[in-house]
Amino acid sequence: MPKTILKVKNLNVKLENEEIIKDLSFEVRKGDVLTILGPNGAGKTVLLKTLLGVLPYRGEIEWMPGIKIGYVPQRLPFIKDIPLSIKEFFKLKGTEEKETKEILSLVGLNEDFLNKKMGDLSSGQFQRILVAWALIRNPDVLLFDEPTTGIDISGEETIYALLARLKEKRKLTILLVTHDLSVVSKFSNFVICLNKCPICRGIPKEVLTLETLRKLYGEEVKFYEHHRH
Amino acid sequence: MEQVLLSLIAGIFIGGVAGYLGTLMLSKKMALVAGPLGHLTLPGIALALIYGFDVSLGAFPFVILGIIVIWLFEMRTKLPMEALTAIVFASGVAITFLFLPIEQAETALVGDISKVGFWDTLLVSFLCLSLFLIIKRIYYKVVLISISEDLAKSEKVNVKKYNFLYLAAIAIIIALGVKMVGGLLTVALIAIPAAIARNLSKNLFQFSLFGLLFGATSSFFGILVSKAIGFPAGPLIILVATFFFLISLIFKKR
Repeated sequence: MPKTILKVKNLNVKLENEEIIKDLSFEVRKGDVLTILGPNGAGKTVLLKTLLGVLPYRGEIEWMPGIKIGYVPQRLPFIKDIPLSIKEFFKLKGTEEKETKEILSLVGLNEDFLNKKMGDLSSGQFQRILVAWALIRNPDVLLFDEPTTGIDISGEETIYALLARLKEKRKLTILLVTHDLSVVSKFSNFVICLNKCPICRGIPKEVLTLETLRKLYGEEVKFYEHHRH
Repeated sequence: MEQVLLSLIAGIFIGGVAGYLGTLMLSKKMALVAGPLGHLTLPGIALALIYGFDVSLGAFPFVILGIIVIWLFEMRTKLPMEALTAIVFASGVAITFLFLPIEQAETALVGDISKVGFWDTLLVSFLCLSLFLIIKRIYYKVVLISISEDLAKSEKVNVKKYNFLYLAAIAIIIALGVKMVGGLLTVALIAIPAAIARNLSKNLFQFSLFGLLFGATSSFFGILVSKAIGFPAGPLIILVATFFFLISLIFKKR
């Protein structure tokens, strides 16, 4: 059995007196792809940030000692205001040009991107850059907030295909947050349904029943069902 | 002649570093902070003028006070920054005019670099050089923090430390800036070169370089024009910068 790399026990997160996450417990093993599924405002991003260690919490979060975490945020709203080339974005992390080139090619972007402006990228390219940025210095775990499902106009591999490839190549463990049901069972081997309180957890095909989904999304579920291909 | 030279040296140093630091004020929140800070220095400048000590020395404790006030405001209330600006601005000006003789008001409001002495210039140059080196050191980290604090923290960046150094740099440059352009205009000395630089640059290196160059050049020409036509240098420096800004709009990179 693979090693446990993260243990969360009775996690409670309260922000400005509002309870965002209530009594959550789970474990992650090396090589897992864990999806945290839930509607908007369910506390998914808060959970990722708490695991990252940037928010206060009660309960236990225990990472395997010495583990390296890469974080892929959902959006960087201020970045468009700054004239920042991709090369420079990597320099913010202290990465040299040679390494930047290598990591760019790993996520399927060529050298021409080095001098492009961060603000000029398509959302698909932007996300690839963020993944590449997180992968610098070889993290063991990737925390990924809301991968966009939009496909690049150029018709390249989807972000999930990319993640699957990276997972093999870099021996990654992945924790990702999404409200998009369609990718869960295709891509991950464990799911936690979250709507402030944990609603279900387990192997996607077993726990994602219509009943749990109703509980998770309420009336919205019709919409999600409809878009499930 | 020698006096102009001293003014020019002090002006180029202060203008250059102010412009350079201005490029770091990327998020809207920070750009707004410089405004009230500049205005809050007015009572300090008034005290310095009345008792005859250095204007920057008078301004400095008030900038520090301002930073604490802004910090408290941000933490304790949900008042929008505009309200804060209005309150700090109004009270700064009001207090100043309670006790500053009106004939000295001009220096307080729009500064006076024309009589800067030798040792003063030397000190200003030294402070500006040190400040430049400090800003250069923290530049990338502060950019990362303004892009995303979470991302910075996930990289184990000591956000508090860099924010402190950053605020300290702002405090010093504002205290130096009021000497040259006065309490009213210091915010422009910081903001306009950065705005020009943003229009002209396609990456961070150009952005910071242009901020520095346009800050220094605006001061240089402002002081020269002031010498030629006899108007105070402070407003002229800002107007030269504004002129560059208007031109930069033509060349704006999309």
